[in-house]
This record gives sequence, C-alpha cells and structure tokens, in this order.
Amino acid sequence: MLTRRAALAGLLAASPAMAWAATDYVITPAQVADGIWMIHGADAPIEPANGGAIANITIIATPDGTVLCDCGPSVRYARALKAVAEKLTGKPVVRVYVTHLHPDHGLGIAAFDPAIVAALPGTIDALRQQGRGFSDAMYRILNDWMRGTDLALPGRTISKDAEDFGGRSLRLLALSGHSSADLALIDDRTGLMIGGDLVFHDRAPSTPTADLAKWRESLDRLKAERHSGLIPGHGPFDAGGTAAIAQTRDWIDWLETALTQAVANGLDMVEAGEIAIPDRFSTMAAARYELQRSVSHLYPALEAKLLGRVDLPG
Amino acid sequence: MKRKASLGAALAVALLVSSTARAGTSYPPDPLGSPMWTAHAKTLFGDDPVRFDPRVKVDFPEIAENQHSFPVSVDARGIEGVKRIILFADLNPIPVAIDYRPQGAEPYLATRIKLDQRTPVRGAVQLASGEWLVSGNWIDAAGGGCSTPPVSRVKGDWADHLGEIRGAAWPLAGGDSRLRLSFRHPMDTGLVANIATYHLETLIVKNAAGKTLGDMEIWASVSEDPAITLMPMAKAGDRLTIEARDTNGRDYVAQVDVAKQSPMPIALAH
Repeated sequence: MLTRRAALAGLLAASPAMAWAATDYVITPAQVADGIWMIHGADAPIEPANGGAIANITIIATPDGTVLCDCGPSVRYARALKAVAEKLTGKPVVRVYVTHLHPDHGLGIAAFDPAIVAALPGTIDALRQQGRGFSDAMYRILNDWMRGTDLALPGRTISKDAEDFGGRSLRLLALSGHSSADLALIDDRTGLMIGGDLVFHDRAPSTPTADLAKWRESLDRLKAERHSGLIPGHGPFDAGGTAAIAQTRDWIDWLETALTQAVANGLDMVEAGEIAIPDRFSTMAAARYELQRSVSHLYPALEAKLLGRVDLPG
Repeated sequence: MKRKASLGAALAVALLVSSTARAGTSYPPDPLGSPMWTAHAKTLFGDDPVRFDPRVKVDFPEIAENQHSFPVSVDARGIEGVKRIILFADLNPIPVAIDYRPQGAEPYLATRIKLDQRTPVRGAVQLASGEWLVSGNWIDAAGGGCSTPPVSRVKGDWADHLGEIRGAAWPLAGGDSRLRLSFRHPMDTGLVANIATYHLETLIVKNAAGKTLGDMEIWASVSEDPAITLMPMAKAGDRLTIEARDTNGRDYVAQVDVAKQSPMPIALAH
C-alpha cells in the first residue's frame, strides 16, 4: 500500500523544484592580453539557469598579486572565482574593484576581506542605500544560488586616478551614466580597457539606474582615452576596442529617440515595449527584454516632459 | 457610489469564501489554474454566462520590472458589442483595477497596475447579451506592489502635485481618437501602515455636446500617478472633457483637444 508519505516523496522527486538546486558555477577565463583574462558571463537575463553569472569578470596578474574587476553575483560565485584566479596566476587576490552597484557585478564581495575591496565613493553610497533591495531581488530570483550571500560594503574608497601593483599600474576613471558612479579601468602595460557596464557588446544595455546624458559623456571619454582592446560589462571581448563603445552609444541614442517618438505618437507603455527594434541590433542578446525594462525606467519621465498640462482650475 | 460599495463588499466576501463553495458552478475551468478563479468569477460575473476567449487581447511586458507600476492593455476591438471591460489581477489584495464602460468609445483600455505577488492578470469584457469573455495570463512579480508606500508619500510632495493632469489626444483612422491621461495622485491602497485609503475612484470622458463617451470606476490597485489610455470617438479638433473624482470627494476636470493632424495609421496606433 502506498503510504501518504511515500506518495508525497514521489511528488517531490518529480517536482520541477529539484531543478532549482544550485550546482557549481562554471568559470572559464579566456586570456585577452598579457596577464589579463576575461570570464564571459551569460548574455542573458539574471535567471536560475545561469545563477546570475551574467556579468563579465576580469582577472589581472600583477607582481603584487591578483587583481579582480567585479566578482559576480554571490558568495558561491566569488569563492569559485578566487580559487580559479589564484590557480591561474599563482598569487593571492590582493584587490577587488567593484565597477558599480549592480548585484550581478558586486554582491560576491562578501567573500573577500572588505579591506581589499575598492569602489568609487558614489558606488559605496548607492550600495548603502539600494544594496538591500538588490540583494532581496537576487534572492527572490536565484534562491539557492545566493545562499550565504550577505550584503557587504567595499572597505576602500577610490580617491586617486591610478593604483600601482608592484610596477603594473591601473588607471582608474571615475565616470557615471549607467549608474550614479561607474568605474572604468585601463591597464598601462597593455592599454586594455575595462569598461564596466558603461559598455555593453552584442548584449542590450540595461538602464535601471541610468542617466542617458551622463552615459553619453562617459562613452565620449572612453572613446577618447587611448586604449587597445576592451572588456565590456556584458557580451564578448572587443579586440578592436571601438565597436562596443559605438554600439552602446547607438543603442542608448536609439532608445531615447524611439521612446520619445512613442510618447509623441500616443503609444501606451505596453505598445512602447513592442516597437520594432532596428535590424542593426539583431546581434544584441536580450534586446526585447531590455527594451521593455527601459520602457519601465524611462517612459514616465518622458510622458511628464512631453504631455502638456490639461487640468482646469477646480 | 452605491454600485462600487456593493462590488467592494462582494469582493471582500469572495476573498473569504473557498473556491469550492459555489454549488452547481457553471464557470468554465480556468486555463490559468488560479486558486481565486471561481471566487472572482462568482463576484464579478454572478450568474451571467462566462467563457474564455482569446479575442480579448490582454497584453503586457514579459517582465514585471516594477511591481508598483506594471503596464497592461485590454483590447477587445475584435469583438462586436462590448459594453464593459474589467481589468483585474486574481492574487492582488485589491483584485479589480478598472471597471470601464465604453459608450462612445472603442473597447480598449490601457493603464498601469500594482502587483502584490505573482498573479494572473485578466481582462473580462461583457457583451450586450450579458455574456462575459475572459482572457489573461500569469505574470511573475516581486512582492509588495500594494503594500509599500507610494514614492510621493516617501518624498512627501504628493499634495504639491495633486490635481496635476497631463494628457493629449490624437485622431485615428476610423473616427475614434487615442486619449492619453496621466494624473498625479498617490493612489493609497490602505494597506500601508498609517496611510488611509485614498485614490481616484471615478472618471468620465465627455464630448463637446456633453455626451458621455466612457466612464469607469478606478481602484487603488491602479498605480500611483495613474496613466490611462482610451479610444473615445472624436475627430481632429474635437474637445474632450474629463471629469474625475477621488475618495475624498475632490473633483478633477481636464480638457483635451484632439490634435489637428491627419489620422494616425492604425499600425502605429496599434
């Protein structure tokens, strides 16, 4: 006779919930310059299938030790990253830069001593204010992948425009636009640029904390800075160093123009999320998804700007 | 509003009644498998015939980026003789968002609603025969859309902007227009500590002759600073008057002149 408990166990075993149990992250660094490796995140939304590992991570070998730029969405990711990076370079991690506040880039800092984790002052302020909300959202979507990940704040505030690691110097650019504080880095030895989320490549830019005018200024600055290849915040490595900047600029220009036109034509937000995306963006992953998110972020302000007052004095 | 009070009371009761309580139920089984389907159907549709019909186009984004403001449209223009549209979310504590009666308007409604959790979002349209046609889908959402304070309450500036209405109207091919309105209003749900229920509750659109083209009841599950899109019958240059009232009895009046331009192509207007 089938007992109730056995039946329940059978149900559980067949339940799709089993698929939610997190397995280990697969971390595969690819060398992109002398002593620099990029880990290419999934070019997808944050979802259980990828454990939130969607951001690109950079590993830099220096005479003083290993430097990381961003460290992933969770403690589990960051621990695995640390092990992979230290094995690769043969030296302990001595610095972790967090490029901006978004959780896919920086929630993993909880795995490191805060004294070696550095961020712009604006990033630390933003994490203090919004970090809890981002952390909650990540737990809701990723559940077991996030286990043990506490919100931690970087212990070092970046106040200089360069940092030297035993002869390998990294330039630190304090910018903004994707968020209120965006860090970009340039490796002096190779000229390699690490764009953070100011630069997306074949993966649609996300805008939850964006200021598009400042974002454009920052892209102009990155374009003007001498550099070789470029590691974008999301998407494949840009060996030439110019295509990803141009593509990101093209997308945010199109986005703002298209949404402005949508308001002017009387489209509702649902319809604005369904407008045609130009063919030139067909190589961009998650384009429709990010367009619909951007409509949510940007449309109300455009409506307030473009629709006139119609109320009569009561 | 008598009608509204009775609907509200019925809804409150429905929330307490088990979905199996209705003896001799004749509602069709819910394709979305919602635990609240029968209870809501009983409250909203009573003994009227009900069927699911994909011609009721309930459209929304693939992701609820903001659970405080989730865009939804209900488009029943493919159906003859629609006299009423109800937009509701099964698992919201305030399920109904808008109850709209288009009289001289296309059966189309778009707005933004709060989501308190993962829920079915549905449109139900009633025909002159009394029959209800229902459609919708599930949307996943982070919690708390109805139970966290509105931004203007946190900032404290809600009263400075109360009564501001923005809008515009565009002529469409076919004799109707597209009317877009956005109100500044906190739309308090009553589910946040120490903030009483306070929301827009009625809205009427009239033409220059004073004829009502559409009227609706609005619930606090509509997002803060409500944005509403309708398709009243009006030509380029026509003047539309909008009268609204909130739960404190404050009246709002706006006038929108339909833009003097060539009718927009249907494709653009969707």
